[in-house]
Amino acid sequence: MEKILELSHLGKSFGNHIVLRDINFSVKKGDVISVIGASGSGKSTMLRCINLLETPTSGEILFHEKNIISKNNDIPSYRSKVGMVFQSFNLFSNMSVLENCIVGQVKVLKRNKEEAKEKALQFLTKVGMEPYIHAKPRQLSGGQKQRVAIARALAMEPEVLLFDEPTSALDPLMVGEVLNVMKTLALEGLTMIVVTHEMSFARDVSNHVVYMDDGYIVEEGSPKQLFSEPTQEKTKAFLATILSEK
Amino acid sequence: MISEMNFFGRILYILQSYGLSYLTGAGTTLLIALVSTVIGCLIGFAVGVIQTIPIQEGNERTPATFLLKFCQMILHAYVELFRGTPMIVQAVFIYYGLAQIWGVQLGMWQAAFLVVSINTGAYMAESVRGGIISIDPGQMEGAKSIGMNHFQAMTSVILPQAFRNILPQIGNNLIINIKDTSVLSVISIVDLFFVHKSVSGALYTYFESASIVMLIYLTMTITVSRLLRLLEKYLDGSENYELADCMDIGNQMHKKGA
Repeated sequence: MEKILELSHLGKSFGNHIVLRDINFSVKKGDVISVIGASGSGKSTMLRCINLLETPTSGEILFHEKNIISKNNDIPSYRSKVGMVFQSFNLFSNMSVLENCIVGQVKVLKRNKEEAKEKALQFLTKVGMEPYIHAKPRQLSGGQKQRVAIARALAMEPEVLLFDEPTSALDPLMVGEVLNVMKTLALEGLTMIVVTHEMSFARDVSNHVVYMDDGYIVEEGSPKQLFSEPTQEKTKAFLATILSEK
Repeated sequence: MISEMNFFGRILYILQSYGLSYLTGAGTTLLIALVSTVIGCLIGFAVGVIQTIPIQEGNERTPATFLLKFCQMILHAYVELFRGTPMIVQAVFIYYGLAQIWGVQLGMWQAAFLVVSINTGAYMAESVRGGIISIDPGQMEGAKSIGMNHFQAMTSVILPQAFRNILPQIGNNLIINIKDTSVLSVISIVDLFFVHKSVSGALYTYFESASIVMLIYLTMTITVSRLLRLLEKYLDGSENYELADCMDIGNQMHKKGA
């Protein structure tokens, strides 16, 4: 399969504090990659680096074999191909649900209003939020907001969609509605990188799991391999703790 | 003969003789305050937006960054200068200074609009900057994540929200301007306060004229503040929303598809 994204020797530090060390991994078309690990292990920072919301301090990010960290790279156009769904939704609070899903298409992709509206409705229907197109974000529940945020990202028709702990701010009932949407997208072949604490999603939906600790990738592999036969002591300890809690 | 009347009699007499002058003065005051507040807001938004442009990591030494920093420095000086000196002095300084140093003879109207506008701009710049940095950083990240550049994110997402949040500040500035145009009498603008000075000087009726002028100022400021409240309500929109009819959405999509 075609390789879309490759991180090579990626590093990030805030001052003297090193958050990411020598991260290497690649994403092929159709991959659903779960990134797991304790809080503070650098998984969110890695995801934010991929979308250049943080500037990496070393290494390369190759998107279709082109290094996107180089100076003269057009960052906004790259970002429009790599979508992001945030833990805190970040829907535009001055716009309705429909406008949230239209504005990027019109301003960034230069689609006309009609076409953008049609696309927006299509993806809002997919996440089951089409009855709420006239609502403002503040009038929605957390799970509803996150589904709109997913529709907003999908409306840009990105090649890869990044999820930064999309269910961490939700109560258990709402977690289900968001995970169901994500499962559907995975089955339809969307390329996804998901930072998550939902082990069931990592095990049952993704085809590749990355375990991070202290800024390193400790271990990666298929869900079966990582969950049933972890090779590293740290991975075993982490899985033992998190699975016993459930 | 006016000295033989009682308080209300004197007020009535003043209104009969000078009523129109007061109204014209009030009109002048309101005109200068409104126009200058609008121009001041435009200046304030421009300055506030430039001052909040972030310098990108890794780009600290490029010529563009240097230029940006230079602009921000100049604008910062502008804000400090016009916020830190009294408007009455600024009026004299600009009206006479421009003429003496550069030989630019501004009309007193031009000078009046100029002084009040740039004075308001200096205050608004800080309000706008405050409005922008008070917006949740997630809004900017959300905008960037779908590929908007800084300018698009500002105009579509951040500024509409910042504008709503600083509307009370704009109202403050407008009300302050209605009152503070009174200092423009130093450059011979015939505003409400100038009329008061002339009338009370001619008739020796300081208290009576002041009462009239107080009432006129208060009427103007309260009206303005009510109107701004209405604008805020309008911008907030409805607390309720209608569920869209799913069939309708389906029909719309089919029509396009067919």
